[in-house]
Amino acid sequence: MDNKVYDVKDLTVYFKVKGRGSKLFVHAVDGVSLSVERGVSVGIVGESGSGKTTLGKTLVGLIKPKSGEVLFEGRNVFKLRGAETAEFRRKVQMIYQDPFDAIDPLFSVYDAVAEGLRALKITGSREEMDQAVYGALQTVRLTPPEEYAKRRITSLSGGQRQRVAVARSLAMEPEVLILDEPVSMLDASVRGEIIKIMADLKTRGKTFLMITHDVATVKFFAESIAVMYLGKIVELGSSEDVVAHPLHPYTQALIAAVPVPDPEVKVKSLAKGEIPSAIFPPSGCRFHPRCPLAQEICKTEEPALRAVAKNRYVACHFA
Amino acid sequence: MSGLDSVLSVEHLGVTFETPRGPLPAVNDVSFTLSGGETLGIVGESGAGKTTLATAILKLLPPNAKIVSGRVVVEGVDMMSADPDTLNKKLRWNKIAYVPQASQNALDPLYKIDDQFVETVQAHSDMSKKEILARASELLLQVGVDPVKLSSYPWQLSGGQKQRVMIALSLILNPSVIIMDEPTTALDTIIQAQILELLRQLREFQRMSSIFISHDISVIANVADRIAVMYAGKIVELGTVKEVFSDPLHPYTQGLLKSVPDMRRSESFGYIAGLPPDLVNLPPGCSFRERCPVAVEICSSITPPLENYGRNHFAACHVVGGRRVRGEA
Repeated sequence: MDNKVYDVKDLTVYFKVKGRGSKLFVHAVDGVSLSVERGVSVGIVGESGSGKTTLGKTLVGLIKPKSGEVLFEGRNVFKLRGAETAEFRRKVQMIYQDPFDAIDPLFSVYDAVAEGLRALKITGSREEMDQAVYGALQTVRLTPPEEYAKRRITSLSGGQRQRVAVARSLAMEPEVLILDEPVSMLDASVRGEIIKIMADLKTRGKTFLMITHDVATVKFFAESIAVMYLGKIVELGSSEDVVAHPLHPYTQALIAAVPVPDPEVKVKSLAKGEIPSAIFPPSGCRFHPRCPLAQEICKTEEPALRAVAKNRYVACHFA
Repeated sequence: MSGLDSVLSVEHLGVTFETPRGPLPAVNDVSFTLSGGETLGIVGESGAGKTTLATAILKLLPPNAKIVSGRVVVEGVDMMSADPDTLNKKLRWNKIAYVPQASQNALDPLYKIDDQFVETVQAHSDMSKKEILARASELLLQVGVDPVKLSSYPWQLSGGQKQRVMIALSLILNPSVIIMDEPTTALDTIIQAQILELLRQLREFQRMSSIFISHDISVIANVADRIAVMYAGKIVELGTVKEVFSDPLHPYTQGLLKSVPDMRRSESFGYIAGLPPDLVNLPPGCSFRERCPVAVEICSSITPPLENYGRNHFAACHVVGGRRVRGEA
């Protein structure tokens, strides 16, 4: 049986650069193929400008691709109708970095958690709604839930707000949760608790996609990692493997740059310069202007994402 | 605590904000010294008092904040008694420079980089425009920015370039001390590594003394000689990075070190349950006790002083790491 929740095929998302008569496009996602198995969480790792957030928003149907397909449980996300749309919106939930950034100060935790249930008219009676809301708050350890439900979102700490965001997704009983930098805004001492709560949900059958620049956190959370650079996946494999033996020079640079809590070990900057504009992506391999190993071929020929071992893919002429 | 070779000494500094809810002690009895050529890392979470401490040292506090105790001495000059003119013309930027948080945004978008150099430097010295621009070009080269960027607007530079420009700007009058507040926080990982490497090089060339403020203890491990851990307005641990990372004494430092992911390990990272206290209603005793796994009775009544546990490794805890219980004082 096909156990894929997501099957993304050659996905391309371009944004038109604003301005009268502009014929320029931001190549945000450029030919991404990725399948996500049920129960195998994936970390999508990349720097600003890698296209990771655009990919996430396209997967939930918020952005229409230029070409390619996003299949969720075998159905094209952009061709859903009526009840199918409602079902998809329930089954896939996206959680943002600062989910209550611009919130009505009078909004209560209960309202926040119940919002999606009300919008999709999922729960019938008040009792059912209460049960769903309190259950979700319990799961994210905002206890006693009845008490937290009455509080204003604005009275909560960053970590508590993020837990409310998780609870509100959970109330929908989703199958897939797509997280965009879920802990980046939080203080170090509370990040682990959110990660723990979500890791517990994995054991209850939820599949996560974590979009982040933070390789270190994702290594401990997701089973596999896809590394993105300028709209493309450049490396894919199990988290352990990718972190311990990065094959793509970009992944190697990314991992060498991550600081560890040990003064004997210093970060190294292996990549030159900064990520170029996605309006004029470099020819050949997009990483070649920054790559310490680049040769002539890298300027002209784009390396394909090819399998180098079981479940291990890399897009580099020399890996 | 002020050694002979200290370029900066902070003694019993206290800063309180006036808030609608009452006085908020953001920095509470903080003391440390900085030696020539040394980098002190200050780590703490939001609200720990890091930025307030930095702005108090420079006497750049917002109007609702007041220094309520202590003093700051920079190369023998008392910042507290200096008049505004001395502060601006002799101390700030000349002896002690400040790279504020999100300083990329401190550059005025309407002015070219060269104008910003000239304006900043002329506010603090008598250097001529020509001298300033010559020195600016030299420094930009040193921090890895092409001097042609002097005629660019800030929005034409990337985040990493802006941060390099800010570092060059802070170095221009050869200050003895530079305070950098979260200088790499807004940057991507690879750019952060580039800036951290740059700071290490600058230290070797220039014998620069600096204070590096960060919420990220792993970043501090990369740049600092010594580390001060702040919690709820106080320094709760202070020592060389070697000592503090290999043998953390305060339960908060221990918890923090367990809360950061370390890719080299196979086991995941933890967390510290609970939240920092409300500074307006600080309970008596140790501010960390409600989150502390080893708290005992005395912790709820008496504030533990910062004490030396050997090799200049200080901690403010009645139960140092659960190993030594101090006598009931």
